[in-house]
Amino acid sequence: MAGSFETAREAGKGEANRAFRLQLNKVYKWYTGGFFVFVIALAVLEQLGLSREWIGFIFLLATIGLYAGIGIMSRTTDAAEYYVAGRRVPAVYNGMATGADWMSAASFIGMAGTLYLTGYSGLAFIMGWTGGYCLVALFLAPYLRKFGQFTIPDFLGERYGGNLPRFIGIFAAILCSFTYVVAQIYGVGLITSRLTGVAFELGVFLGLGGILVCSFLGGMRAVTWTQVAQYIVLIVAYMIPVVWLSVKQTNFPVPQAIYGYQLEKVTAKEKLLTNDPKELEVREIFKQRAAELTEKLKDPGAALKADKAAAEARLVELRAANAPSRTISTAERAVSSLPKDEASAKAAWTRDKELAETKSKPLNGMPPHAAQFAGDPLGDAQAQATYDNSRRNFLALIFCLMIGTAALPHILMRYYTVPSVKEARQSVTWSLFFIFLLYFTAPALAVLVKFEVFHVLIGTPIDQLPAWVASWNKVDPSLMSITDVNKDGILQLNEMSIGGDIIVLATAEIGGLPYVISGLVAAGGLAAALSTADGLLLTIANALSHDLYYKMIDPNASTARRVTISKVLLLMVALVAAYVAAQKPADILFLVSAAFSFAAAAFFPALVLGIFWKRATGIAASLGMIAGLGITFYYMVTTQPWLRDVFGVTTPIELWWGILPISAGVFGVPLGFVVIILVSMVTTAPSRKVQKLVEHVRYPNLREP
Amino acid sequence: MLTEVNTVELTENHSLYWRKNLRITALLLAIWFVVTFVVSYFARELSFSFFGWPFSFWMGAQGSLVVYCLIIGYYAFYMNRLDIEHGVEELED
Repeated sequence: MAGSFETAREAGKGEANRAFRLQLNKVYKWYTGGFFVFVIALAVLEQLGLSREWIGFIFLLATIGLYAGIGIMSRTTDAAEYYVAGRRVPAVYNGMATGADWMSAASFIGMAGTLYLTGYSGLAFIMGWTGGYCLVALFLAPYLRKFGQFTIPDFLGERYGGNLPRFIGIFAAILCSFTYVVAQIYGVGLITSRLTGVAFELGVFLGLGGILVCSFLGGMRAVTWTQVAQYIVLIVAYMIPVVWLSVKQTNFPVPQAIYGYQLEKVTAKEKLLTNDPKELEVREIFKQRAAELTEKLKDPGAALKADKAAAEARLVELRAANAPSRTISTAERAVSSLPKDEASAKAAWTRDKELAETKSKPLNGMPPHAAQFAGDPLGDAQAQATYDNSRRNFLALIFCLMIGTAALPHILMRYYTVPSVKEARQSVTWSLFFIFLLYFTAPALAVLVKFEVFHVLIGTPIDQLPAWVASWNKVDPSLMSITDVNKDGILQLNEMSIGGDIIVLATAEIGGLPYVISGLVAAGGLAAALSTADGLLLTIANALSHDLYYKMIDPNASTARRVTISKVLLLMVALVAAYVAAQKPADILFLVSAAFSFAAAAFFPALVLGIFWKRATGIAASLGMIAGLGITFYYMVTTQPWLRDVFGVTTPIELWWGILPISAGVFGVPLGFVVIILVSMVTTAPSRKVQKLVEHVRYPNLREP
Repeated sequence: MLTEVNTVELTENHSLYWRKNLRITALLLAIWFVVTFVVSYFARELSFSFFGWPFSFWMGAQGSLVVYCLIIGYYAFYMNRLDIEHGVEELED
């Protein structure tokens, strides 16, 4: 494989690029075939009695070893190779690499789960994370390619002049990439520990090894060819179980085309379940539980004393009556498991109360799958307000995710690696096509799994549930737990708690496929997380080494020195990110979404106006980026519970127009545009040289007629 | 190493090219806006059955994605042709 990645720039460019592409086609065809053979061989070995632990280990070692191998073969110290893969990645392959770069652990594992739990509202992620590519194609990719440097702060620095815009760009790029990369490494740890049973922290560092060998040795060049390999693994891993489940339920192998009918059945079943007497019984029990807890929370101190007295009294009574030792030990545990003091009692009961309240709602608190927005536009005033608010937040979230997509530096950077403006345009098309394949499958998967849960699990005697229910409960009770609340021995929907992350990871088992497919799915998730982490780490290291060190501190640094510094920084950033991830920070999902709002507010207005409006000035761009980023940050800190905690904000939460903190970018982006436009009008126009630069990026090849 | 900016003066042909680019960009952006925000805004009203899906659900899950792909694909096709028409295409050497 090594030969195919060698430099071919010296020869005639067009001819060499064509030959290079043909060579790549051959390599990746062999690779895909080899991968299938590998999976089939493992399946055969499983039938011959290979244990699950071994299958997990083999998948882990084989895939990480493969990515590391590509990294070693693509090692380089040449700046153009290290930063932009020599600018000769064909459009199709850059599309695949962008797909893998883009689809993170959240897309692969989390999205179908979100869709399962929230139905229509989850589609905001599907639309937002694909529609953003329209903005990439129309506003950014071809122009950035023509500009043709190495990073996004590069563009800000040259277009707006001076170090301030570049510095803000570096800061914003690191802010959004770092929060994002922590989440990816966390995902790597989670999957590795699931796949092989090693400890979470060890899993984090194992995965990190795979990431580092690749990006450390070969920079963008190694990352690109690894990402293509990872895309192939992840798309195969995602499709096989869904297709299988579809065949099982409908005898038709294209789930995306026919799950509409499954959705109809799910909706019909939802109506039945909402009024089912057994479900109502369970919900009534939870309602009482919530009421009891509300009562207790009025005076937690007294309630805790009363609970303690009652539990101890019961223990004394049992001992006096010489009850069987099992009953006594249960009563002892009841005493010892009581909250220790008033504060912890209050916290625990508040949590339990919220849970019980959710579970007293129809369908286990999930909205009907096909219902657009909560509330009712024709209902009373409150229902109307709920409806308007829910719709407004849905649209705001789409807006933030789309603009954020078009502003994340690790994605935009990929379009520097193609040979020409023409290929940059085609490459965005391929990127979206490859992303589309997974994104239009995720909603199908969610509906198929819901159908399975509603028709196979619900109403089944609890001791006859399929084996995967118990095995996932053992892995992590927060992903799957069942309590027979009304003691009828039969499962009701509200008696089951299911975590979103299980949906993709358990599909293979739900469909009754052999364990090797479960291993394959986990390997796919790993590929998704590793590929995104690769791209992000590279973005951070390049921002520091290329933009901060080379452009701002030591412009005379030699190429070799810059690449070396970049590699050292990469290692350090990766270790810091792994350290943060190993602490299992709270609310990691929120951090990921926050990265989109930050990127949107910081980069989008400055980049787009920089290309489309010659009059935009440097000082205006700096102020616009600061204002956009500032207001987004301010809104999140004052409204998001976890950030409020971190920054010690105690003022009451005041939502603007009811917009949730996750969509804070909806304020930052327009403000950024307004500030840049207004300030540009009152400052002196950019120099002739800058105006020439804008003209330069607007035309693929500006030449004398 | 600063970007090498050439000193070619823009001609009428060049500004025509840019105006056409802006026009197609605006048109495609309008389609993008309708498919995304207008359809989602009226999602509740647009819930007639479409091969089993409520129409707006299908649009959110598949229809809009297909349109996005077509928008980008058409833009690439149109612009690559426009480059040649106005003599600003890249030459392979």
